[in-house]
Amino acid sequence: MPKPTITSANPLTERLLIAVAVGIVGLLIVVPLASVFAEAFAEGPAAWWRALAHDPDTRHAIWLSLTVAPLAVAINTVFGIATAWLVSRFRFPGRSLLITLCDVPFSVSPVVAGLALVLIFGRQGLLGPTLASLGWKVIFSWPGLVLATTFVTLPLVVRELIPVMEAIGPEEELAAVSLGANGWQVFTRVTLPNIRWALLHGIVLANARAMGEFGAVYVVSGHIAGATDTMPLRVEKLFQEYRTPASMAVASVLAGLALVTLVAKFVIERQLEAEARELEAARSLPDTIDGSGTPPDAGPRTSTQASIP
Amino acid sequence: MSTEITTTRAMRRRSVLPGFGISIAITSLVMTALVIIPLSVLALRAASLGPTEFLAAAWTPRARAAYAVSLGASVVAAAVSSVCGLLVAWVLVRIDFPGRRLLDSLVDVPLALPTAVAGLVYSTLYVERGWLGRFLVPLGIQGAYSWLGIVLVLVFVSLPFAIRVVQPVLESLDRDSEEAARMLGANRAQTFLKVIFPAIFPAVLTGFALALARALGEYGSVVFISGNMPFKTEIAPVLIVSRLEEFAYAEATAIAVVLLAMSISLLVVVNALQQRVARNAQ
Repeated sequence: MPKPTITSANPLTERLLIAVAVGIVGLLIVVPLASVFAEAFAEGPAAWWRALAHDPDTRHAIWLSLTVAPLAVAINTVFGIATAWLVSRFRFPGRSLLITLCDVPFSVSPVVAGLALVLIFGRQGLLGPTLASLGWKVIFSWPGLVLATTFVTLPLVVRELIPVMEAIGPEEELAAVSLGANGWQVFTRVTLPNIRWALLHGIVLANARAMGEFGAVYVVSGHIAGATDTMPLRVEKLFQEYRTPASMAVASVLAGLALVTLVAKFVIERQLEAEARELEAARSLPDTIDGSGTPPDAGPRTSTQASIP
Repeated sequence: MSTEITTTRAMRRRSVLPGFGISIAITSLVMTALVIIPLSVLALRAASLGPTEFLAAAWTPRARAAYAVSLGASVVAAAVSSVCGLLVAWVLVRIDFPGRRLLDSLVDVPLALPTAVAGLVYSTLYVERGWLGRFLVPLGIQGAYSWLGIVLVLVFVSLPFAIRVVQPVLESLDRDSEEAARMLGANRAQTFLKVIFPAIFPAVLTGFALALARALGEYGSVVFISGNMPFKTEIAPVLIVSRLEEFAYAEATAIAVVLLAMSISLLVVVNALQQRVARNAQ
């Protein structure tokens, strides 16, 4: 917490700075956010509900978003854990290239990513004819939506995990291995409990981005109402059809989801901070406690060993 | 110290910890299928056009205008985000006031709010009858369906990047040198310009580059607010989509490769800058 010192500004300047900062955030963020809900409920909650539940295309869009986003997040979770494990626990040629590659989807325009997928899986694409003969449809269908969404959210889980796993270090996992644990046991009993908050943080962020992705999905979906329209695409279509109130109703659901995401993020970040402090405190303990003959959790460790066939 | 040495040794003998094989299999599968192959196919497809055809597709007057709008609006938006971001980060780090934590959380809204929602809302806010447009339009300020509108949504989407890069650096800033400067008779402006700003400049620049990268690729919000008029308010990603909808794959690919080259060079710059920030922090 800042205390008044020689370097702090005078109270008047401070107040002015606060006012400008609140003004920036208010005008750019709070007013738009408030207006989503104001516009969505302008004709009352009944109209809002009708716009959402009584339009089969909107219902389908909500359902599609709720299927595509979890699939993309699941792929990202597996990829994130595997890549963070590689990068934080092993040294191998191409490691720093891999770290850079993980960031690529952030700097590639989603539209470009969608186009690249169309060039591979589209009707005139590289694999298009083969896929067509097999009867598989990727572009203008849900697998394309999942691929595009996975691409744009690819860095989110990995980026959360790498710093945390680097900070924790491999000591506990090495100890588990030396006590005879196999890979799965090391992962579920040592690594996963250690990274659970960071993993959840990444999943929450990836899910928010996956639900809201527009550009990449727009290109691969072909925007067929009632078939490949996700919620953000539905928002755009309703807007183009001059049905702004209905469009705002769908947008308000997405905005509500964003607010839930932020609350979850806030709670998780608190946990992460607490764990980082614990780690710091544990690091500053003298070595004798760590190296003492009988660790307090000797009991469960032996039972772990016993369970290994 | 001794644990550190055994740790590195253990990691080099990579058989000690399990999971190398399966992890590298998963990572390479996803990376190859989703990033390497698609981007290579894009590059190869553009290369197969040949230089003259590529130029004819990627360098039409309409495409040049789209690059100019994209770059111009993104640079202005990233600059606005950097200045506003520095100010907000400063207030969040240096001043304690009621509502500070709330302000800190609100900064993340653009990361969680779908860009389509942002675009929709901004376009309704700044039209003549909108909440803000009713004050601005009579003054001749058109925030919707204009170049200004593009900048506004790009500032919205890129602001968190500018803030979140500067904030930790400001937090870790050593107050001693600032105090020393003040004791030695420097005024506030001098202290800020000569002591604080040089220390945070790499972070501000990184924030600018990240904001610029985000703004250059943005599509979802801009498509709502810009009006997408060729030569005036059409950005490069919008042009790619409209070419694609006309099934002009070659042209779409060529423009995409130009945009991709811009993004990748920015990524290289960001990486170099971040290494410098990390080195400064040590």
